[in-house]
Amino acid sequence: MDIPASLRYARTHEWTSELEADVMTVGITDFAQDQLGDVVYVELPEEGARVAAGDAVAVVESVKTASDIYAPVAGTVKAVNADLESAPEAINEEPYGGGWLFRIAPDDASDREALLDADAYRAVCEEES
Amino acid sequence: MRYTPHTAEDVRAALDAIGVDDVQALFADVPADLLDPPLDLPAPADEATLLRHVRDLAARTDARSPSFLGGGVRAHFTPSVTKHLAMQSEFVTAYTPYQAEVAQGVLQTTFEFQTMMSELTGLPVSNASMYDGASAVAEAALLALRATKRRRVVVSRGVHPQAREVLATYLAPLDVTVDVVDLDGDHATPVPADLSDAAAWIVQSPNHLGTVEPFPPHVRAAHEAGALAVAVADPLSLAVLQSPGDAGADVAVGDGQTLGVPPQFGGPHFGYMVVTERLLRQLPGRLVGETRDVDGRRGYVLTLQAREQHIRRGKAKSNICSNHQLAAGMATINLAALGPAGLRDLAEGSVRNAHALADRLRQEGYDVATGNRPFFAEFPVRVPRDPREVRRDLHAAGVRAGVPVPDEYGLGSAILLAATESTSDADVDALVAALARVAPAAEVPA
Repeated sequence: MDIPASLRYARTHEWTSELEADVMTVGITDFAQDQLGDVVYVELPEEGARVAAGDAVAVVESVKTASDIYAPVAGTVKAVNADLESAPEAINEEPYGGGWLFRIAPDDASDREALLDADAYRAVCEEES
Repeated sequence: MRYTPHTAEDVRAALDAIGVDDVQALFADVPADLLDPPLDLPAPADEATLLRHVRDLAARTDARSPSFLGGGVRAHFTPSVTKHLAMQSEFVTAYTPYQAEVAQGVLQTTFEFQTMMSELTGLPVSNASMYDGASAVAEAALLALRATKRRRVVVSRGVHPQAREVLATYLAPLDVTVDVVDLDGDHATPVPADLSDAAAWIVQSPNHLGTVEPFPPHVRAAHEAGALAVAVADPLSLAVLQSPGDAGADVAVGDGQTLGVPPQFGGPHFGYMVVTERLLRQLPGRLVGETRDVDGRRGYVLTLQAREQHIRRGKAKSNICSNHQLAAGMATINLAALGPAGLRDLAEGSVRNAHALADRLRQEGYDVATGNRPFFAEFPVRVPRDPREVRRDLHAAGVRAGVPVPDEYGLGSAILLAATESTSDADVDALVAALARVAPAAEVPA
């Protein structure tokens, strides 16, 4: 189970990258993609959408279930990964790379600090396994 | 598996567990007069008496006199094999296949159904059927609202009035505007000037007055406004008219009764819904796919189920969790028995006979209100009295005809008349004679 130390995590299994030019990238974790199984479809938020922390903003559908993806912080959606439309399996193959979901400009950059670090998130996964 | 209902002890234990005195207490919220209303029934009868009674009732059903009833429901010819195969117990008794993959026969029937509806409508993805044409129209509107994230639906008055009522019922709890576009003087739908912010533009052909509506200009207008083009079509007409898919429509819906389901006093029929590839995941209801098992053998499965209630619960694409398997299966068998050429024969025969009937009524002096536009198998005729009375009196005169044209169409007193491939000269003579007595052309106000 891959849990990169550089990322921050939500209890609901989203990861967030460090801020680059006031924008962070969001995806789902290796643990989450493994739990879902083969991802076959992704519904992404609209660019420009204003979201609150905890809002359901995307859906990742696998062969066995459909899962809501929650915004880890409040902010504005700046970009979405359009490649997933034709290749949703990237989420299984590279959850921390080509499988990213969207980019968000947080209203308050310090919100990211409230998320879990890698060790805390690992504990969450172990609880759920 | 043995079915053992709960004993009095079980019931007592359950009541004690939740702290309730008796079962009645569980229904305390239901008004008493609704709970156990007295039934106005005659005294009990033994089996022989009851059978006689039911036979007497059945004998009062008039299925012999010629029928010109329409309103989108017509009794077309079905080869004898259709009914016999459709009434096989494997079809009739199969309830929802909860372990669907075990029921390969049911799934294959549905797969064939989807294939045929896809061919007829010219669109790639069909579901396993809907309840009826009206609920299919409403589900198409919901699909469009989901897909476009807009809050306005525009519908032609040419869409069956009952379908529009069901549409209004489905949309009532939602914050959605429904706008109705009136027909023009030729009983056709004008291309609406304003489709801005519309999720869907819904047009029916042949429309409720029988007029054939060309879909392409409506599709163009919808797409220019960013709306989905929803084509409502009598599937039998698609044997001879341009298909919704060829016209560029996004969604085709309608009632499938004309494909070989008996009229059955107005139901049950089945609805169909077929969509573009792009809308695949927005499609409500069941979807059967063909696949291969580990040994490479062909098999059928329910696919893309993540859209559905049993997996997605509150976020399901629709509340529909079933389909009209028996009626849709009957249509599938019927289509297989008729074949494409046979279906075209029925459609062409219906057009021919409907036009011959219209010409004959014109000769008899009737105002046949076809609006100078092409029509398919039905058309309106003006009558001198309340159309409901005309219908009653025609029936008394031995002809089943006279679906009233609703006031909203502004035709005054008028009835819809429908013909099929099976309408005979004798049928037409009987209708003309009955009309002459019941609703003479000379009395129709100019």
